[in-house]
Amino acid sequence: MIATATASRAGVGARPARRRPRRALLHAFLIAVCAVWLFPLGWAIYTALRPYGETARLGYVSIGGTYTIDNFVNAWNQAELPHFFLNTIIIVVPAVILVLFFASMVAFAVSRYSFKFSLALLMLFTAGNLLPQQVVIVPLFRLYLALPLPQPLSDNGVFYDQFIGIIAIHVAFQLGFCTFVLSNFMKTIPRELNEAAVVDGASVWDTYLRVILPLTRPALAALATLEFTWIYNDFFWAILLMRTGSKLPITSALNNLSGQFFTDNNLLSAGAILVALPTLIVFVILQKQFIGGLTLGSTKG
Amino acid sequence: MVGIPAFIHIFLIWLPTLGSILLSFTSWNGIGGLGRIKFVGLTNYQVLFGGIYPPFYPALAHNLIWLAVFLLIATPIGMLLAVLLDREIRGSRIYQSIIYMPVVLSLAVVGFIWELQYAPDQGFLNNVLGTTTSSGHLIDWLGNPDINLWAVLVAASWRHVGYVMVLYLAGLKSVDPTLREAASIDGANARQTFFRVIFPILAPINVVVLVVTVIESLRAFDIVYIINKGLNGLELLSVLVTNNILGEASRVGFGSAIAVILLLISIGPIIFYLARTLGEDAR
Repeated sequence: MIATATASRAGVGARPARRRPRRALLHAFLIAVCAVWLFPLGWAIYTALRPYGETARLGYVSIGGTYTIDNFVNAWNQAELPHFFLNTIIIVVPAVILVLFFASMVAFAVSRYSFKFSLALLMLFTAGNLLPQQVVIVPLFRLYLALPLPQPLSDNGVFYDQFIGIIAIHVAFQLGFCTFVLSNFMKTIPRELNEAAVVDGASVWDTYLRVILPLTRPALAALATLEFTWIYNDFFWAILLMRTGSKLPITSALNNLSGQFFTDNNLLSAGAILVALPTLIVFVILQKQFIGGLTLGSTKG
Repeated sequence: MVGIPAFIHIFLIWLPTLGSILLSFTSWNGIGGLGRIKFVGLTNYQVLFGGIYPPFYPALAHNLIWLAVFLLIATPIGMLLAVLLDREIRGSRIYQSIIYMPVVLSLAVVGFIWELQYAPDQGFLNNVLGTTTSSGHLIDWLGNPDINLWAVLVAASWRHVGYVMVLYLAGLKSVDPTLREAASIDGANARQTFFRVIFPILAPINVVVLVVTVIESLRAFDIVYIINKGLNGLELLSVLVTNNILGEASRVGFGSAIAVILLLISIGPIIFYLARTLGEDAR
């Protein structure tokens, strides 16, 4: 241990003269890449901070004039953003909870008990998650128009144009990914725990709820972060399966925003940034969870 | 425990998939009951491949270009960045966060943000290049069908590169560091070490990245829809499917046939992925 440590230190000491310019070059390259990467978002924020009149007078690519947050305030009020944010919450919160609940049950069953069909089930779920949405949309659209849903849950008697319909399709689609990730995670939990619980007289349900689920918490947290972002970002399902404009979630409502603020790019950028803000906040605060969720799905165990 | 989730998944995903396949052999305008569905055999496919439906071949070509750009440009850039950042350099975390940031944005928002770059008179690019209307050399980045696909692909790659980078970073972290040492003792340079030692070990991640890249290219929809509803140079198969159910003339059978073509393109990578990731469990 000590020998290798000194050896590597000696190695580092011998090289810096040759390494330093290469390191500097690497940093210069990475800084350039990051500048390019940040620019589009930075530009949107910069544009949003300037009143339309100022950019019209000075040109879009200019410095100076006044900077205010008026565009953000106006976009927030005029486009009724709070209303659309509420729609998003109505969809995202139940969808994330349901998909994690269902997926953890399936993953538990698949990883703890070897049914003959558990691998087949896992394959079916995973494959379903990978299908392009457009493969199912034509019959699904017809199904939603025909499938009855009783009164308090639906104001038109069917799944189409309802929050429940959007939640249902998110749950159905995301089940695949979450089950895959959770079953990989649960396989790493020693089976002996399971057996011990059974010996203690715990039912299957108790074992799931009291033994396995608490141990799965890190994976659940990572998936919750990821699923929140994905469902929040959904544009497609709501555009297709909702008709009433005032029921759209925020990301899909962006489309109307562009019509409303047609000529005012400054106001438009403020609106777009406000819509992006929740996911950006999640990204800043929960980046570890987010990346954890993604990589749990890509590397096994 | 398994029953309800399995029912939801099969009922809302696999039943409609089967429905798409069956409906693709029929003609139905969606009006009237299921009794109005007429079996027409391969007619829908003949119309598609016979060139009678003009947007089909352009859309297919655009999807393939999308895939090619993702596979040959965006994915290697993401991999390169991962390799550069997977070592102890100061600020590595910050670099990673910045490049990764666009991944959390919806493609619809990405479309919006890039419209500010590409807009004809108010956009950044034309103002910097001096190619606005007043100069007489207007470049209509998103309106000109010869260039708008490429402009959109720059925006989509902005997001895809970060995604690929994160996946490779996770994979690289799991590579045993002694392997690198062994390679360098054997006299391999950095490049040889990567291509001969590291890259082969990354095989499982390569599979994931490949599948993610293919599926994302086929799913692409939001960004072109928000820019111009996927018309005028931005046609994609996903947009054609959607237009055939949302448009005034609802053509259920025909839209399904396009969906089936999407299914056929995606089924190969999906089976490949399942075999590689779940197949070993079966053994």
